[in-house]
Amino acid sequence: MAEFSRGFGARRRESAPELPPGQYLTTDFPVLSAGPTPRVTTDEWAFSVVSESGQTTSWSWSELMALPIEDIHTDIHCVTRWSKLGTHWRGVSVDTLLDGIPTTAVSAMAHSYGGYTTNVPLADLLGGKAWVAFEFEGEPLAAEHGGPARLLVPHLYFWKSAKWVRGLALQTHDDPGFWEQNGYNLHGDPWREERYW
Amino acid sequence: MSASAWLKAHVSAVVPLTAHAGSLLLDVPDWPGNLPGQHLDVRLTAEDGYQAERSYSIASFGPGTTVELAVDEVPDGEVSPYLVRDVAAGDFLEVKGPLGQYFVWREAEPAPVQLIAGGSGVVPLLAMARAHAASGSSAEFRLLYSTRSPADAMYADEISRREDAAFEVSWVYTRQAPDGWARPAARVSEAELAALCWPPARQPSVFDCGPTSFVEAVADALVRIGHAPERIRTERFGGA
Amino acid sequence: MAPDTTHVTHATPDPAVDERATRVDGNALAGVLSALFAGDPTLLTLVCGHCARSGPLAEAVVERDETCAIVRCRGCTRTMLSVMIGPAGDVSVRPAALAELRSAASGA
Repeated sequence: MAEFSRGFGARRRESAPELPPGQYLTTDFPVLSAGPTPRVTTDEWAFSVVSESGQTTSWSWSELMALPIEDIHTDIHCVTRWSKLGTHWRGVSVDTLLDGIPTTAVSAMAHSYGGYTTNVPLADLLGGKAWVAFEFEGEPLAAEHGGPARLLVPHLYFWKSAKWVRGLALQTHDDPGFWEQNGYNLHGDPWREERYW
Repeated sequence: MSASAWLKAHVSAVVPLTAHAGSLLLDVPDWPGNLPGQHLDVRLTAEDGYQAERSYSIASFGPGTTVELAVDEVPDGEVSPYLVRDVAAGDFLEVKGPLGQYFVWREAEPAPVQLIAGGSGVVPLLAMARAHAASGSSAEFRLLYSTRSPADAMYADEISRREDAAFEVSWVYTRQAPDGWARPAARVSEAELAALCWPPARQPSVFDCGPTSFVEAVADALVRIGHAPERIRTERFGGA
Repeated sequence: MAPDTTHVTHATPDPAVDERATRVDGNALAGVLSALFAGDPTLLTLVCGHCARSGPLAEAVVERDETCAIVRCRGCTRTMLSVMIGPAGDVSVRPAALAELRSAASGA
């Protein structure tokens, strides 16, 4: 029976703010990328939604800025175990971008400048859960964090929030994107620890 | 003996250092000895089995089974208030170590040594100063000790006693200076670092220790002054 | 009749070519890797896979709490690896942007 330290334990901490299992708090904003940072100006930037039938709808940067813009306050959870609580973003809801586009798709493949892709079920993109975000903590989103605009799907692991997003290709099958083909979960719900296959 | 084993330790003495810091003398029968600058991990177990671990720098050095720690109380901390205020001679705890061979002074090095301490960062640097005094080393030592006020300076008496031709000490008070002190209370400036530390031309071995922001501000300034980054060893304690 | 090689599931070693490189398994590395992992980990050199900066673990940026540490490159801030301490005391290392882990030269 191990000896114990007399009188120790009175000041033990209350349980930490609720985090998904296996996640740890960070006060900083780590950068994790698979390759070099694409540099895209807002002049050349465009965002497209391509439906499964091939119908394409596009927005330039100024057209995106003319859409309804929302303030988003949320926690974000990265698969490499860090979580950042209480982040502030501004962006256009994916509901707005998909509004009026006929589709029977179940999933979307997010495409990024630089070639990165990630798949997200449509149910996780609609209903006020996802945005094309271009401002972080009151500042234009920096290139190393995915600027000028990234997909923001904070209720899923942060690899789903595709940096440098340039479009969504609606797909009738939940085909895997880049990380998903490299062993990451097709869904990625941090509260179910859906990290890997 | 595996470095990952927890060693039994009993507190043999508790010595207050300041209003919020104290030193602990531990009797560790299986201690293998330690180099100056190393640290250890302390593990405390509550009666219900709850455990917490923290790292502390070791103020003592060399062979022997007595290990001296100095603990600065973190406000609202979980472990340091216990070690500073509650623990008493005879109490039990466990230690793992010695740890860390990066932030260590080795007697064989002839280069001049610049120690730069922020608050409790003085502890591993004191171990180095003690080792230097006990050795035959001809290396010249300087210590720049930044602390809030004289009352907050850990080991102030001992450091003053050790001052001599081979160990120069500069005191920097950041919140409250002693009466009649020429320098007003303020953080150490780059100009002061340039004036008080060994110049880059002497190629000193620099040991920079204390709160993270202090360590980084000092290290950045030393590089701007012209010190080679690879000659600066840092140990960040976290906190402010 | 020529040997039927269509069912070979691994390359057949060619003694002339493979004299110096033999294909074995992880058991063969017990000695070499014990040297890497037995020493003080803070002295290991970490090389960042993103910006190629290298330095000792002692100098890496580390954000930690009681059960996890995120080790990031001091140059570009990428997460190089995370370290998790499980409830049973098991330690798990998850590499991320870490490109290389290197020990000091041996034979000192």
